[in-house]
Amino acid sequence: MSEFPNLVPALPELFMAGSALVLLLVGVFAKKDLTAGLSALAVFVMIVACALVPAAGAAHAVTFSGLFVVDGFTVFTKLLVLVAAAFALAMSVNWLHKERAERFEYPVLVLFATIGMMMMISANNMISLYLGLELQSLSLYVLAAFQRDNAKASEAGLKYFILGSLASGMLLYGASLVYGFAGSIGFDDLAHAFAHGAPIGVVVGVVFILTAMAFKISAVPFHMWTPDVYEGAPTPVTSFFAVAPKVAAFSLLVRLLIGPFGELVQQWQQVVIFISIASMLIGAFAAINQKNIKRLMAYSSIGHVGYALMGLAAGDEAGIRGVLIYLSIYLFMNVGTFAVILSMRHKGRAMENISDLAGLSKTHPAMALWMMVFMFSMAGVPPLAGFWGKFYVFMAAIDKGLITLAIIGVLTSVVGAFYYLRIIKVMYFDETVEVLDRGVGAGLGVIMAVNALLILAFSFVPMPLISSAGAAAAALFRG
Amino acid sequence: MTDWPLLSITTFLPLLGAAFILTIRGEEAAVARNARNVALLTSLATFLVSLLVWANFNPASADFQLVDQARWLPGFDINYKMGVDGISVLFVLLSTFLTPICILSAWEAVQKRVKEYMIAFLVLETMMVGMFSSLDLVLFYMFFEGVLIPMFVIIGVWGGPRRVYAAFKFFLYTLLGSVLMLLAILAMYHDAHTTDIQVLMTHSFPRAMQTWLWLAFFASFAVKVPMWPVHTWLPDAHVEAPTAGSVILAGVLLKMGGYGFLRFSLPMFPLASHDLAGVVFTLSIIAVIYTSLVALVQQDMKKLIAYSSVAHMGLVTIGVFTFNMHGIEGSIFQMLSHGVVSAALFLCVGVVYDRLHTREIARYGGLAKNMPAYALVFMFFTMASVGLPGTSGFVGEFLVLMGAFEANTWVALFAATGLILGAAYMLYLYRRVVFGKLTKDDVKAMLDLNRREVLMFVPLIVMVVWLGVYPTTFLQPLHASVTKLINDYQLALSAAKTVSVAVR
Repeated sequence: MSEFPNLVPALPELFMAGSALVLLLVGVFAKKDLTAGLSALAVFVMIVACALVPAAGAAHAVTFSGLFVVDGFTVFTKLLVLVAAAFALAMSVNWLHKERAERFEYPVLVLFATIGMMMMISANNMISLYLGLELQSLSLYVLAAFQRDNAKASEAGLKYFILGSLASGMLLYGASLVYGFAGSIGFDDLAHAFAHGAPIGVVVGVVFILTAMAFKISAVPFHMWTPDVYEGAPTPVTSFFAVAPKVAAFSLLVRLLIGPFGELVQQWQQVVIFISIASMLIGAFAAINQKNIKRLMAYSSIGHVGYALMGLAAGDEAGIRGVLIYLSIYLFMNVGTFAVILSMRHKGRAMENISDLAGLSKTHPAMALWMMVFMFSMAGVPPLAGFWGKFYVFMAAIDKGLITLAIIGVLTSVVGAFYYLRIIKVMYFDETVEVLDRGVGAGLGVIMAVNALLILAFSFVPMPLISSAGAAAAALFRG
Repeated sequence: MTDWPLLSITTFLPLLGAAFILTIRGEEAAVARNARNVALLTSLATFLVSLLVWANFNPASADFQLVDQARWLPGFDINYKMGVDGISVLFVLLSTFLTPICILSAWEAVQKRVKEYMIAFLVLETMMVGMFSSLDLVLFYMFFEGVLIPMFVIIGVWGGPRRVYAAFKFFLYTLLGSVLMLLAILAMYHDAHTTDIQVLMTHSFPRAMQTWLWLAFFASFAVKVPMWPVHTWLPDAHVEAPTAGSVILAGVLLKMGGYGFLRFSLPMFPLASHDLAGVVFTLSIIAVIYTSLVALVQQDMKKLIAYSSVAHMGLVTIGVFTFNMHGIEGSIFQMLSHGVVSAALFLCVGVVYDRLHTREIARYGGLAKNMPAYALVFMFFTMASVGLPGTSGFVGEFLVLMGAFEANTWVALFAATGLILGAAYMLYLYRRVVFGKLTKDDVKAMLDLNRREVLMFVPLIVMVVWLGVYPTTFLQPLHASVTKLINDYQLALSAAKTVSVAVR
């Protein structure tokens, strides 16, 4: 009979799981629809979890017989996931109400997906990794097809499910190869297993695992699902997809490559460099011709993943710090942009085309201004925050001598600037065609303003984010 | 008084004004009036503060003065650091001097979205002043790139019919050049572990690395100057931009390239500058002669002046890379002079454009009869642009030619050819617009300068005469800094020579 595990490190997850079950029960047994109330409660649960996470992960700790780990790194990324999920959920309520798609399962599913992501972040073993990943993915598949009467949404859900299962299969295959050749699936054991080189089977296994993770973060060449799912899924779900799962999968990828496979840098570095370059190129060039703003955001996210991967390709502490800074800034830019997209309604219908934004600066000056801030930031123009995200990953790449990668990176960022500018052009230079509805939820306006001000202010007070990202990266390398 | 952070105040005061304008609410007419007033007052106040900078500046010293700094990025030797030497203080003054004039010029010409217009200009001023006074490379880069945002909006929203094309071209050209500079900055940080400009000036980079860094910086500054063959964004941007946009573009933004060569390329990569001076000379000579010829055949007033800017900036780059006292002082002086004169010329175009809404040269003619005051002002600035002795243009061109002659006679010969062509296209332009018979009815109906326009031109005329008649005021503070620049350059060269001899 083994000892009862220490539950303190997993306290936020346990709390959220318990709350999710309670919310589910309340939803099932309630007489009338409680989506709005349950969503508010779910956001509240996430906020409480935000407070619990730093307390539970104050020091490096391993529990559940080495399956679950917390340290400074997990705290940082879990906070990002929670903030992103809370924003996404808060933005959904209004939309669900307007589209008459209110079902109480929505907040519960988001909550479960978030728990899955936090499990992924804290995974310290291939099995717990897989559990977290599947909990997340299964919830997301359902969310993608949430508007079940909508053919596009159903298609998105199905596509996501099939390709996602394929990726999961690859992950399992890779993990079993690693187990077969290295004799362990615990990250701590693996970290010391390859000091004298690795058998080819392990390398193949790592590549399989990398493939699966590349799928989850929608990196090229495993990105095909992204534009379709982004476009087909209900917009609030897309806004959720765009940030939280990516942060979680990225965090997992970082832990895998730096921790258990840290001694195989030589082997995985070239793969990461290739994926990074391919993602930046596709993200930049494929976005140019998009008409639908959600598809555009899909390609934009592919490009951003490419930049973040550049930091991972550097493979050192500075690189990981760059990745974390990039992801944090990416979060705020994306949440803000999706708040704008969710506000695009004409006569009560949701609009998704870039041309629908024409003349926005005249009809909705504040919204256009915020959107301009987000777009310039995504293009990486200083003094906006997006520039600093790129700055730190480029710095890490140059320090490691990855000059070619960095040069391709800056050149694609110029191409990328073109399509971000196009949105600004549509908003500011074009004449109004259809006036978008006013007063689509004050909450969205507040979310836009908060995120835009954070992006604007970042250059003046970069200290908090950079210091904490640095500390988080250091924690990963210490552990 | 000197312990005030004067440079930071000069930099961020316009931003404060912009934030204030952002909060103005109410009726459209009232908002527009208030926005204009606030913008003008803010820019005037900024100019006064920059005069304080000038007053507190010690021209005898070559050091960076009025330095104020603060911790910025934790864990890196990248700090917020501002300061000016003899070179940059003049450019700070140029920026703060031109901004109120720009705002004044847009008083009636801009009627739609006045509030946004004024905000864009004040943000632009912050970026310009910050760029000239930053003493940290990353900080410099931030301001350097930040300029693109307001300028993109100014061209795109208030520009002419092809404004979208021009705005995109301007933005992407400049961005493409400067992202390479960003990589160079990061590589420099990797080598020197700091981005403090003062420290980097004393740091010697390995020779092979210098060449690459120099080329990366060159990519950025050559687009900005602009040098042939990457100048094509400039005519488009100038033609489509609103008058004030052209003024600030020609007056200050083009100087960012020349300033960059002086501040970074020469002192930080002396060996590469020495090796690659020939490239700069060749491109500059082509620019001077080719763009002058192109200017001769232009049908559009703004386009003509835009090409003349490329030619004049060609002289500047020649002067910078002569590496001697006359050449470098001359090029800085030429930049100041061009800043005032080309700004004034664009304002002159703006005056007639406001009345007739066309820039086509053939639509005008005979303005001397019904607009005598305008004809006089335009004549004055045409002469200044041609380089008539007694105007600012003469001093700069003369010094540059002298410097070029000391460095390379052939370069001087070709550069001087450009001056002759310059006189040709400017006088040809003047003849077609101002002289001739006054035949067209709508041209006959045009009114002469009003009080606001006179007010706008008077400071520019005063500056041109001052620069031309008593250049010492501006050359004197330059002297110490330029001497130091040249000495350091010579030292680095001779050090490299000794090393290569020792190796042999």
